[in-house]
Amino acid sequence: MSALHIKKGSNRHSAYNLRPTFSDVQERHTIAVLVENEPGVLARVIGLFSGRGYNIESLTVAEVDHTGHLSRITIVTTGTPQVIEQIKAQLGRIVSVHDVHDLTVEGASVERELAIIKVVGEGEKRVEALRLADIFRANVVDSTLNSFIFEITGTPEKIDAFADLMRPLGLVEIARTGVAALLRGA
Amino acid sequence: MTREMTGAKMVVQALKDQGVDTVFGYPGGAVLPIYDEIFLQNDIRHILVRHEQGAVHAAEGYARSTGKPGVALVTSGPGATNAVTGLTDALMDSIPIVVLTGQVPTFMIGSDAFQEADTVGITRPCTKHNWLVKDTNSLAATLHEAFHVATAGRPGPVLIDIPKDVQFATGTYTGPKPSTSHYQPAVKGDLDAITELVAAIETAKKPVFYTGGGVINSGPAASQLLRELVDATGFPITSTLMGLGAYPASGKNWIGMLGMHGLYEANMAMHDCDLMINVGARFDDRITGRIDAFSPKSKKAHIDIDPSSINKVIRVDIPIVGDVAHVLEDVLKVWKARGRKTNTEAVAKWQAQISDWRKVNCLAYTNSEKSIKPQYALQRLEALTKDRDRYVCTEVGQHQMWAAQFLGFEDPNRWMTSGGLGTMGYGFPASIGVQMAHPDALVINVAGEASWLMNMQEMGTAVQYRLPVKQFILNNERLGMVRQWQELLHGERYSHSWSEALPDFVKLAEAFGAKGIICSDPADLDDAIMEMINYDGPVIFDCLVEKHENCFPMIPSGKAHNEMLLGEAETQGVIDSKGSVLV
Repeated sequence: MSALHIKKGSNRHSAYNLRPTFSDVQERHTIAVLVENEPGVLARVIGLFSGRGYNIESLTVAEVDHTGHLSRITIVTTGTPQVIEQIKAQLGRIVSVHDVHDLTVEGASVERELAIIKVVGEGEKRVEALRLADIFRANVVDSTLNSFIFEITGTPEKIDAFADLMRPLGLVEIARTGVAALLRGA
Repeated sequence: MTREMTGAKMVVQALKDQGVDTVFGYPGGAVLPIYDEIFLQNDIRHILVRHEQGAVHAAEGYARSTGKPGVALVTSGPGATNAVTGLTDALMDSIPIVVLTGQVPTFMIGSDAFQEADTVGITRPCTKHNWLVKDTNSLAATLHEAFHVATAGRPGPVLIDIPKDVQFATGTYTGPKPSTSHYQPAVKGDLDAITELVAAIETAKKPVFYTGGGVINSGPAASQLLRELVDATGFPITSTLMGLGAYPASGKNWIGMLGMHGLYEANMAMHDCDLMINVGARFDDRITGRIDAFSPKSKKAHIDIDPSSINKVIRVDIPIVGDVAHVLEDVLKVWKARGRKTNTEAVAKWQAQISDWRKVNCLAYTNSEKSIKPQYALQRLEALTKDRDRYVCTEVGQHQMWAAQFLGFEDPNRWMTSGGLGTMGYGFPASIGVQMAHPDALVINVAGEASWLMNMQEMGTAVQYRLPVKQFILNNERLGMVRQWQELLHGERYSHSWSEALPDFVKLAEAFGAKGIICSDPADLDDAIMEMINYDGPVIFDCLVEKHENCFPMIPSGKAHNEMLLGEAETQGVIDSKGSVLV
C-alpha cells in the first residue's frame, strides 16, 4: 500500500464535513479511486457515470499494486458541488472500490498527462514546429523526412496549448493518456 | 473445514452453511449439476416456480418477511434475463437476496453458445454486486462473500454466475468464516452529529419522525428502539410505504403514511414541521413532491447507512451515516443522559394542530350499497383479519395505495410491497415466498386484476406446494392508476387502460386446482372474505369493485405537500404542463 502514495483523508464511508452543496457552479474535480483489480470493475465505474448521467472528461486506469490486486482509476469530472459529492458517495458504494479521494479538495496535487502528437509538414513549418516543441519541452520520438511525432507531458492545459499551436503547422493525429494525479507532500 | 468436492456440491453445501432452508428456482441445462445435488439431499427445500421472475420475487417475499436473505436459482440465458426485473426490484427496495445463475462452460463463454447471455454484464447495474466464478477453487469463498455483501450495510441483491464446467469440476470447499472482505460498512453513527440531533429534539416545537424501509431492514431491534424513542418524546411519526409496521398503526403518535397518496395530516405535518427526523428513508420523489417547496421551514436530520443517500435529493442539516438500530440506541442514550428533555408545551400544541388536520378525514369516500367500493373491501378485509397472524403482499397500483391506507400494521416484516420499482406482478410470487417462510400464517396478496395476471402462472406453484395464499383481487377491469392519471392528465382519453378479455377468475382457480370466490355485492362481502380465510388452500378472490373509483388523497405531480387533492374535488387542470412530464 505504501507504494501507492494515497494520502489518508476522510473515510469513504463518511458523509460529514460536506462542503457547501446545492450551488449551480460547475466545478472540475480530479478523483482517484482505488479498486480491486478484477474483471468488470472498470465497467462498474463507467456504468455508474453513464447510468446516473455524470460527465467523464478523462479517465485513466492501471494496476498499481500487483500483490494487493489494486488498480487506480483517475477520473476528471465536472458537475455542481452536489453532483460531485454524489459521484464520490456513489463510487464509494461500489463493493469493489476500496478508497475514493477527491484530489481537488484534499490538498494541493500534481496532475500530469502524456500526449503523442503527429505533425506533418515541410520547410519553414517543420522548423517552426521543432522550435515550439523545444519551448514546450516536447521530445521528438519519431521522425521521417516530412513528419515528426512529439511526446509531451504536462497538465491537460499545457497539452491543449501545444496542440493548438501545432494545428496550423500540420497536426494530423493526437493520442492522449488522460490525467494521472497524486496529492503533494508525504 | 476444508473438503474436496464438486462445484455443484459446494453450492448446496455453502447454502446449508449459510443457514438457507428454502431455494426458489427453475432448472435448465446450465444448472443441472446443482439440481442433481439438490436431488440428493433433504436439508434445503427447493420450490419450483413457473417463471424465473417469480423465483426472485418469492425470494424477496421470503427475505422481507424474515429478515434473512432469500435465495433463487435459475439457469443461464433466458433464466438469467427473466430474473432481471426481480433483481432491480430488490435493488430499489434494498432487499437482501442471493441469485445463483448457471452459465455456459467457461470455454464456450463469448461464443454465442446456446442459452448464453452476458449475465454479469446485464445484471451489473441491477445488483449490489455480482460475480462470474471461473475457478471451482474460488467458488466457496465467493458464495460466502455473496451472503456477506447481500446483508452488510444497505442490503441488496447479489448474483453469482456459475459456468457449468465449474459446477462439474472438483475443488476445495471452505466453510464460512468471519468476513475478511474489505467491504465493511460502518454501522455506528458519528457521536457529534447524534448529539446535534438530540439538541434539536430537545428544543423542537413542531417535530416529526419520517421513517422508512431502513428501519425494517435494520432488524426488529430498530423498530423497538424507534417505538421507545417516539413514545418517550411524544413526537408524531409518519412513514413511507416501505416502512409501514416499524411503528404500530395503533400507536398513539402514528399519523399515517405520507407521500403522493399519503394522509393529509402526515403530509401537512411534513410541510409545516420545524424538525424532520428522517430514519432510514431516502426522500423518494413519491414522498417529496415538489422539491423546492418541500418542508421549507424545517431543520432536517437524516439517518441512513448509505452515504450516497445523504444530500442526494434534499439537503439535510444533520447527516448521520449508520445503521438505524445503532444510531437510535445512541440517540436514546445521549437524550436520556442529557435529561430526557423536550419542549412539551409546544409539542402538545403541535399534536393538537395535527389532530385538527386529522379531522379533515382525508380517507373519506362515498360508500355504496349497490357496488363494492375498493376502500370498503379493504376496510372489511382489515376488520376480519387484523387479529390474525397476518402477512400482506400487494401488487402495484391503486389497490396498493388503498391497502397502505386502509390496512394497519402493528409489526415490521408484515407488509411486502414493491415500492421503488413499482413492479406489477410482484405480489403473487412474493406471497408464495412469505407463505413458505411462515407456513401457518394467513398470507394475503391484495392485488389488482391487471397486476395479478402478470405472474398468474405461479398458481401452479401455490397449488403444487399446497400454499394457502389468498389472492384478494380488487377487480375493476381497469389499469386503475393509469386510468386515474389519464382522467386527471390526459383529458379522459383512456388509452389502452382496460381489458376486454379478462378471465373468469373462479374457473381459472378451478383449472389450477384451487378455490375461486367471486363477490360483487357489498352485503355478501364479509361472508365471502370469511370463506376465503377459512379455506385451507390457495384462493383466488375475485372482488368486483366500483370501476371508476379514484385514489385520494393525492399530491399531483409537481405540487407541494400542502397542495393535496382530497376526494372527488374538481380534478381537471390541477396538474400543469411542468407537472405532467413527471411520472
